[in-house]
Amino acid sequence: MAVAKSLPKATEEEIQSMERGYWRQKFHDMLTDWRLYVMFFPLFFFLVAWKYFPIASMIVSFKDLQIDSSFGGGAFTSDFIGFDSFLYLFGRTEFWTAFRNTFALSFYGLLFGFPFPIILALFFSEIRNKWYRAVVQVFTYLPKFISLVVMTTMVGMLLQPSTQYSEAGALAFIFESMGSGDILHNPAAFRSIFTVSGIWSDAGYGSIVYFAAILGISPTNYEAARIDGANKMQQVRYVTFPGMAPTLIIMLILKMGQLLTIGYEKVFLLQGFTQDYTTSQTVSTYVINVIMKQANMNQGVGAAADMFNSLLSMLLVLGSNKIARKVSTTSLF
Amino acid sequence: MADKTNAKGLKRNIKGSSGSAKLDTSELIFKIVAYFFVSIFALMCLYPLVYALSASISAGADVLAGKVLLFPIGFQLDAFASVINNKLFWISYSNTFFVTLYGTVYCMGLSILGGYALSKKRLVGHSLFNFLLIFTMWFSAGVIPMHLNYQATRSILTSIGIVDQKWLIVLAMGMSAYNVILLRNAFESVPKEIEEAATVDGANDFQIMSKIYVPMSKATVATVGLFYGISRWNGYFWAMKEVDNAYDLPLQVIIQTQISDMQEQMAENGASLINGTYAAQSLIYAMIIFAIVPILIIYPFIQKYFAAGVNLGGVKE
Repeated sequence: MAVAKSLPKATEEEIQSMERGYWRQKFHDMLTDWRLYVMFFPLFFFLVAWKYFPIASMIVSFKDLQIDSSFGGGAFTSDFIGFDSFLYLFGRTEFWTAFRNTFALSFYGLLFGFPFPIILALFFSEIRNKWYRAVVQVFTYLPKFISLVVMTTMVGMLLQPSTQYSEAGALAFIFESMGSGDILHNPAAFRSIFTVSGIWSDAGYGSIVYFAAILGISPTNYEAARIDGANKMQQVRYVTFPGMAPTLIIMLILKMGQLLTIGYEKVFLLQGFTQDYTTSQTVSTYVINVIMKQANMNQGVGAAADMFNSLLSMLLVLGSNKIARKVSTTSLF
Repeated sequence: MADKTNAKGLKRNIKGSSGSAKLDTSELIFKIVAYFFVSIFALMCLYPLVYALSASISAGADVLAGKVLLFPIGFQLDAFASVINNKLFWISYSNTFFVTLYGTVYCMGLSILGGYALSKKRLVGHSLFNFLLIFTMWFSAGVIPMHLNYQATRSILTSIGIVDQKWLIVLAMGMSAYNVILLRNAFESVPKEIEEAATVDGANDFQIMSKIYVPMSKATVATVGLFYGISRWNGYFWAMKEVDNAYDLPLQVIIQTQISDMQEQMAENGASLINGTYAAQSLIYAMIIFAIVPILIIYPFIQKYFAAGVNLGGVKE
């Protein structure tokens, strides 16, 4: 009796739940999975508060910012002024110099900084003595973990030219004896200093991914190449590089994406030593050194410069990803 | 039986042709170049650290005369003594420990919990949230919007009674998308059957994550923890820009301030370059040693995880 009564009721509920539809079902699932959403919430909150909120407040580049106590510090309540900030910025020669410097510094960083870890990984894989290899690798990873303050200080001190009170730093001494004079304060040398110190700090650590890729290549491929009479360079060219191609492409895309965002911190710190801005001022340091130091700082212009930089770098990522997808099967997204 | 001996013979043959066979000339040259180049580069990576140590314990006159190149000359410990007796140094050093400790715990909390949630397809909006995370790697708000955000957060913190500006730095550096993706990928590679078995046994998400996923992704968790720890330890720019209370500044900022002071003195007169027995530079090198030593201490324990933890395995989405 009781069984007979409860059966039709259950089916009714089932029908109801089917009628509830997709979204109600989803909502029901969400309630049973509530722990998952509790876990996700802190990250989500951080993304909104510290990543997307600043992106949204980039809207000040179209506004005449009047700082007030409203949500966003006036970024959303101020009046629109259109493209005035951008026009002002594009009319400044300093901005274009800064833009050119940003591009040059990143381009040299990519041109020399990208192949170096690959070569290093190739050489690491040649070292068959495991103990020696481990020691050497640990040494070369180390500079990556040293702070930029310490790193730039070492650069500045080692390149310190001789003065009437003190002798030149160890590296500057070598350069001076070769007759190249003071390279620390020489605008023409800044890009080299920046690039070489970047290689020093990043190359060892950057080689890890490539080294893993090289280790993943089957030794039988080398065997086959040797039997076919390939010398070492040919083995590298026809076995190693094709074997690590997916890694190379992904890393290249990643690096392209960082092309315009690289290290304002390092440039800013090095400028403290070089005291020269002609070749070292980048878009970010232009904002930091010029716009943020103005008595009544024009946030609109600063945000416009930031936005210009970020947009261009995003286009570079999307562009390089598109190219990667065309020339090979590997792409990032 | 016959097959086995054949296989053995074949194996020996292969071994004979690869292992003990003479290297081709080109291979030999390549090997020599590799050993040479790698050794030089490794020494170059070590040199500045050795130099910093030597210069910090060498006599002032010898440092200024440029005699110290590798080994210390004219031993003194006064530079270290002066750093150790400096109260501001200890304050900034403890600030750095504070920011590193709380910052790493906070970042790891956000990233492990968030990475776990993002690795689950049953999270509604799973692909949208993953995209939102990855997008922050490609498009970042610049310095000015971040500066406005810091100011707004600082006024909120002050209004609820937190005047300690170290918390501002801790809260602002919550996570980096790259690290969350590393964790998410590691969690995704844990076999589904294990989770299903645990669910059948009545475990909930919190338990599954802490008892199964985190222990099984130990290498990645360790690596990401190291990344966060090191970047908090080394953090400079925003602390310099946003912290205006001198007693809340971390060590990196103090080192940088010392250097610019020294640069100014250098331009003005040489007398202040030497301070009793040690050079002004040695003082900075001594601080640098203090800044590096904690990294050197944890480094050997954690470097073995690098290769395992750093697979980019596709930031693909």
